[in-house]
Amino acid sequence: MRLQIKNIEIVDPLQKKDSTGDIFIENGRIVSKFLNNADKVVDGKGKIAVPGLIDVHSHLREPGEEGKETIYTGTRAAAKGGITTVFCMPNTKPVIDNAPTVEFVLLKAQKEGLVNVFPIGCATKGSHGAELSEVGVLKKAGIVAVSDDGLPISNSQIMRRTLEYTKMFKLPVISHSEDKELSKNGVMNEGKNSMVLGLRGIPKQSEEVMVSRDIMLAELTGGYLHVAHVSTAGSVDLVRQAKRKGIKVTAETCPHYFTLTDDVVRVYNANTKMNPPLREQEDIDAIKQGLADGTIDCIATDHAPHMQEEKNREFDLAPFGIIGFETILSLILNELVDTGVLSLSEAISKMTSNPAKIFNLEGRGTLKEGSIADITIINPKYSYEFKKENIVSKSKNSPFIGRQFKGGAVMTIVAGNIVWQV
Amino acid sequence: MSLNRKDLLGLEHLDKKDLQTVLDSVKPFKGLFTRSVKKAPTLIGKTVATLFYEPSTRTRNSFEIAAKRLSADVINVTVNTSSVVKGESLVDTGKTLEAMKADYLIIRHSLAGAPDILARNLNASVINAGDGFHEHPTQGLLDLYTMYEKKKKIDGLKVLLVGDILHSRVAKSNIWALTKMGAEVAVAGPPTLIPPNIEDLGVKVYYDLDEAVKKVDVVNILRIQLERQQENLFPSVHEYVELYQLTKERLAMAKPEVLIMHPGPMNRGIEISSDVADSPNAVINEQVTNGIAVRMAVLYLLKPKRKDASSN
Amino acid sequence: MPDIILDTKAFQSAVSKISREISNDNKNIRETAVVGIQNKGVFLAKRILAGIAKLAEVDISQIPFGTLDVTLYRDDLDNFDSKMPVIKDTVIPFDMSRKNIILVDDVLCTGRTVRAALDVLMNFGRPKSIQLAVLVDRGFRELPIEARYIGIKYQSRALIRIKCKETDGVDRVTFIK
Repeated sequence: MRLQIKNIEIVDPLQKKDSTGDIFIENGRIVSKFLNNADKVVDGKGKIAVPGLIDVHSHLREPGEEGKETIYTGTRAAAKGGITTVFCMPNTKPVIDNAPTVEFVLLKAQKEGLVNVFPIGCATKGSHGAELSEVGVLKKAGIVAVSDDGLPISNSQIMRRTLEYTKMFKLPVISHSEDKELSKNGVMNEGKNSMVLGLRGIPKQSEEVMVSRDIMLAELTGGYLHVAHVSTAGSVDLVRQAKRKGIKVTAETCPHYFTLTDDVVRVYNANTKMNPPLREQEDIDAIKQGLADGTIDCIATDHAPHMQEEKNREFDLAPFGIIGFETILSLILNELVDTGVLSLSEAISKMTSNPAKIFNLEGRGTLKEGSIADITIINPKYSYEFKKENIVSKSKNSPFIGRQFKGGAVMTIVAGNIVWQV
Repeated sequence: MSLNRKDLLGLEHLDKKDLQTVLDSVKPFKGLFTRSVKKAPTLIGKTVATLFYEPSTRTRNSFEIAAKRLSADVINVTVNTSSVVKGESLVDTGKTLEAMKADYLIIRHSLAGAPDILARNLNASVINAGDGFHEHPTQGLLDLYTMYEKKKKIDGLKVLLVGDILHSRVAKSNIWALTKMGAEVAVAGPPTLIPPNIEDLGVKVYYDLDEAVKKVDVVNILRIQLERQQENLFPSVHEYVELYQLTKERLAMAKPEVLIMHPGPMNRGIEISSDVADSPNAVINEQVTNGIAVRMAVLYLLKPKRKDASSN
Repeated sequence: MPDIILDTKAFQSAVSKISREISNDNKNIRETAVVGIQNKGVFLAKRILAGIAKLAEVDISQIPFGTLDVTLYRDDLDNFDSKMPVIKDTVIPFDMSRKNIILVDDVLCTGRTVRAALDVLMNFGRPKSIQLAVLVDRGFRELPIEARYIGIKYQSRALIRIKCKETDGVDRVTFIK
């Protein structure tokens, strides 16, 4: 199978490339040209080809919570959003703390998945935060990182051991940084809005205290720390200082943290409830600054599907989390690129070359010759309204329903196969 | 005359004109109380459901008598708090009551925003009878009306709220209503019970009650929940009484004609001394009477969404 | 220019006529009380009160007077979309039992306001009788209610406007084309 994409603007951050030309794909890999004619030619005029997007933070809910999402539905939603690789967090039921579960996810993804699925393994057994999981066995089974995401590793000693032990596998430890005592019973950002709404607040410090601790432990151990879903200005600062000191720390944020403030919680819509919570304008500004100066390496969805009946209830009782696969690219384009915070190439690097480097993904995150042909085709003029009835994910818990977007993925190619197109 | 809304979820959403509309409508309802028949057929054939997820006999009774004096049929539903998490969902319970043709749904809930969620999902008028730490709008309105009735104005009035502001929906509704109507509002209590952003609402904060009470026109004393002590928000009842009980000596520093209010039920000897509660300045029982009239006015002013007569 | 149904002179003589008829029918002035229906009925009732007091040669303070508002008793409250009618004072400062109540309104048409007013009065007690006085009877009754004292009968579908000195500076009834 030879696929040729003609006359397309190619943006590849790793190669610092931005030029118009053709892309040649043969046997699932990118090649310099064909010896024979192409089997299929796609006209790329007016469109942009970027390396397939990598989402380093999602919840596919399978096994165990298939009512919310499955690998089948989740990977379709990802493909629609222009994502070719998703990392799935291990807080499924059962949790991914053993090789058979890793293998189950990988098999299921191979059978039913539309995009690449890379599991993340539990950092501690059962994600209980008490004993290290069998990281070496999990690595062999195919995990790309460890995390107890959804929960912090509260015990500093356990966190230290995790960072220390995983060093030999070069596996990053993804930290859900939250001081559970400071955030106890909290359901939204602590501030004027939580006071007015009468909802218990989660102070920014509950994140920052732990980011700070984890950075210190990374310094102590020399382990690889990746801070998940950075939501506050303070965390951005801490990561920036740590990087300056040469500590091995990387960080991600999510589109909602540079798009929405906690003002949107004001009608008790549980589709605005996630952990960490939406913060304030100063945090949005700092996160944008952190993205621009390279403090924040990745943008991830934290795609967290929940059923309508779980969300359409008392705000306190609704679960944390929103879906994100289908909106991440358009939000990056509209909120970061169109506003001049990042160039297109910088923005794309947060979902391609940077995650590929941090998580050691061979042959991905670039359009360089010889790499795997995971490609996202963007139409910058593609205007659409994000409508509930068009959501592909099994769950519809998005605060962006009804939002108007300009620019988005119109074709998703995984290993040379067109898996989605508008 | 109109509030132009289906639901009453909080006083945050009402403007000065709306608040004045309520103040202006209460009197005729209060007038009914002096007749030999204290009832009018205003809501005849209508159904008012009270849905209480938190025990509160006085608020429920007040709403019930208000609805009955307007000739509505009343059904009372009490839901055990423990079944909030496991039992039938809030929206389903609301829809069941609507299927029983409830036109007005009065809800009390321990979690903030529960009335908002019902209001979004139902055609019935939803009235918030207190939700978590959010608001208690009819209490705010009856406090406002009581001050208005006694002082003939709200603008320029110096009102002090004392106690647990952090967990008080009554305080929140009072603050919204009073500040919008031009009163000078202050709060007094320990820093652990005063939310840090309260000043954003145009409120002055005092930690020293002796200082706060000087020259005020109204003191509204909030009930202190004794379980707050277990959360380490104050060290002991003994210390709370020492620092924040409204006593005759402290009251002497307020204006002589100061009004003493309390949303009830009172902890005599804790947040308020008995001699203050029984003093001629106390209007605590009048608040109860006004509460019925205010709730009648609210029932009169709100409009459930009109249902297509053919669809059942 | 709107058509005039009652000019100032005719307006005032209609009020005088009503007062005379009430006086003739209610010789025992101590058993008589006057109640006006909000809004304009109250002003007319005050004039009638003065008229019958003069005819009976007593001070107006000798004749009990009240006002009533029918809003809470209306049968059409459901028809109001969001703007609800303003409720005016209902003040009946006397014991109604053994009293002949002269109930006064400006216009009688469907009879629904009077129906509501009768219900309000009944909630205050049990009067000996209730007699209805209106300035204009427009016809088109929807309920079996008739006035005993009528200023003028003017059967028309057209809306009419009552102006009186107390509120509009002039006594006049016109109809709006």
